[in-house]
Amino acid sequence: MKRFIGFIKKEFYHIFRDTRSLFILFGMPIAQVMLFGFAITNEINNVNIAVFDKSKDATTQEIINKITTSTYFSNKQFLTNEAEIESVFKKGKIKAILVFEKDFSTKLIKENNATVQIITDATDPNTANTVNNYVSSILQKYQQETNKNIKPPFQIVPESRMVYNAELKSVFMFVPGVMTIILMLVSAMMTSISITREKELGTMEILLVSPIQPFQVIIGKVVPYIFLSVINAIVIVLLSIFIFKMPVQGSLFLLGVESVLFIINALSLGILISTISKTQQTAMMVSLMGLMLPVILLSGFIFPISSMPVALQVISNVIPAKWFIIIIKGIMLKGVGLTILWKETLILVGMTVFFIVLSIKKYKIRLE
Amino acid sequence: MKSKNVIQVEDLTKKFGDFTAVDSISFKVNQGEIFGFLGANGAGKTTAMKMLIGISKPSSGIANVAGFDVYTNPEDIKKNIGYMSQKFALYDDLTVKENITFFGGIYGLSRKQIKEKRKQLVDELGLQKIVNELVGSLPLGWKQKLAFSVALLHEPKVIFLDEPTGGVDPITRRQFWEMIYKTANNGTTVFVTTHYMDEAEYCDRVSIMVDGKIEALDTPKKLKQQFNAENMNDVFLKLARG
Repeated sequence: MKRFIGFIKKEFYHIFRDTRSLFILFGMPIAQVMLFGFAITNEINNVNIAVFDKSKDATTQEIINKITTSTYFSNKQFLTNEAEIESVFKKGKIKAILVFEKDFSTKLIKENNATVQIITDATDPNTANTVNNYVSSILQKYQQETNKNIKPPFQIVPESRMVYNAELKSVFMFVPGVMTIILMLVSAMMTSISITREKELGTMEILLVSPIQPFQVIIGKVVPYIFLSVINAIVIVLLSIFIFKMPVQGSLFLLGVESVLFIINALSLGILISTISKTQQTAMMVSLMGLMLPVILLSGFIFPISSMPVALQVISNVIPAKWFIIIIKGIMLKGVGLTILWKETLILVGMTVFFIVLSIKKYKIRLE
Repeated sequence: MKSKNVIQVEDLTKKFGDFTAVDSISFKVNQGEIFGFLGANGAGKTTAMKMLIGISKPSSGIANVAGFDVYTNPEDIKKNIGYMSQKFALYDDLTVKENITFFGGIYGLSRKQIKEKRKQLVDELGLQKIVNELVGSLPLGWKQKLAFSVALLHEPKVIFLDEPTGGVDPITRRQFWEMIYKTANNGTTVFVTTHYMDEAEYCDRVSIMVDGKIEALDTPKKLKQQFNAENMNDVFLKLARG
């Protein structure tokens, strides 16, 4: 046991004397949460639009007012001819242009029908789509308000309510994802690098020749990172609660236990990576390509799994991050407990056991 | 000098699939002896050494190190041997003091023992001024001497040195060999591999491996007579060329 404590002390010296890894450890989580929380967002705000009003009557004026007084859009420019449309888009500042047809009001009254064209810059398809939807819904609302006195033959009134994230804050979606990425990165990449470093420097050989047991070496490597990852998880949760006002509906204790489970899962992956890589560079590349990319792309963090091709949906099942994200979202946003999340938890436990057994086997083969 | 055998090897063999890396070698090393283990790259010396220090299982044969069998008691062997490899193997980002404490710790020395040993070691090597410096900032010669002393912290019966003087200047090499002599005089057996044939002359006995077999084993003096050579370099070349 004394040997073991000495070993862990040594690991902390390594970590705290390497400013680069310290930065990755503690700078990254904060930077990422801030970045995803503030900068990256799916909501639209103050999108610049232009108007080409061929009719310039009271109705079009009213509609334009409705649109520009909302916080979503600001009218930057009135166009005077068709040719301008293309050049305005090419400059890039204007994301959408509304074109009202000639004699809009008159047509509306006489023919009960007038068109307004919404042209959007679809170089960014997500924004274009959202802008389109927002404008359409403002137009629809205007129509309903003006037709209040006339009774339509029948009417379907959609009454939507967004539960668990009523304001549709995208930070609620990013926090679980960022937490997953950080824990994966810190746990798997850092341990695999620290083990391969000993191999590269030749100190692993010295350790294997000494009376210290191989499993003590591995556990000694892992314990400091469990500790640091838990601190990271706490920092991320605190940031999301106090800065982004993200609720934790469920039990904090369960959140902690599940996080430790995921950390151990990532650590065992890190050990596995270190048994197959000879150098620190390889370990880093394998961790980045083999772990980070799937975590970002296939875990459902950014891209919804249900809209992926079937093959990718199947693959996503073997990615531990997918299950962990479901678990954190469940606990933080929905406030559910193990009665609901037992399946995901069991899958994570199973994967962890599998990785640990596999890396022990691999490690032994290497020693022969 | 007592003639107790500290290392005893008979027909030791290691096969990797069809390839026989170590082919039925036999030798004995006495207590307090400096035993030179020579061979060209790929002749099998590292593989043989790995079996003796308990990190590689032999395919067949008998090997006994410090009184323990390599098959049944590799853990006891580990406690009774020291090892220093060709790659420098202390931690660069730990201070001299921290390295000594760490390696003393993993060999199970008590805090008091570590403190005494450290004091002794620092005095012997004249490290008083740099004891709190990072090992990474020391010159290579210093590091190697320090690594050697650290490998001896737990007073092993045998110390295995795998090309310990690689990349060191002649003066440091000389000092290093003085340390080896002193260690052997204290009764510790020294098992050393080297590429430098002049160093082979310093050994009590020398074995030369060619293609997995020990082709010659005797004192440097007798080997030179046997092969009618002026120095060990010639002996080695004659053997290696077959």
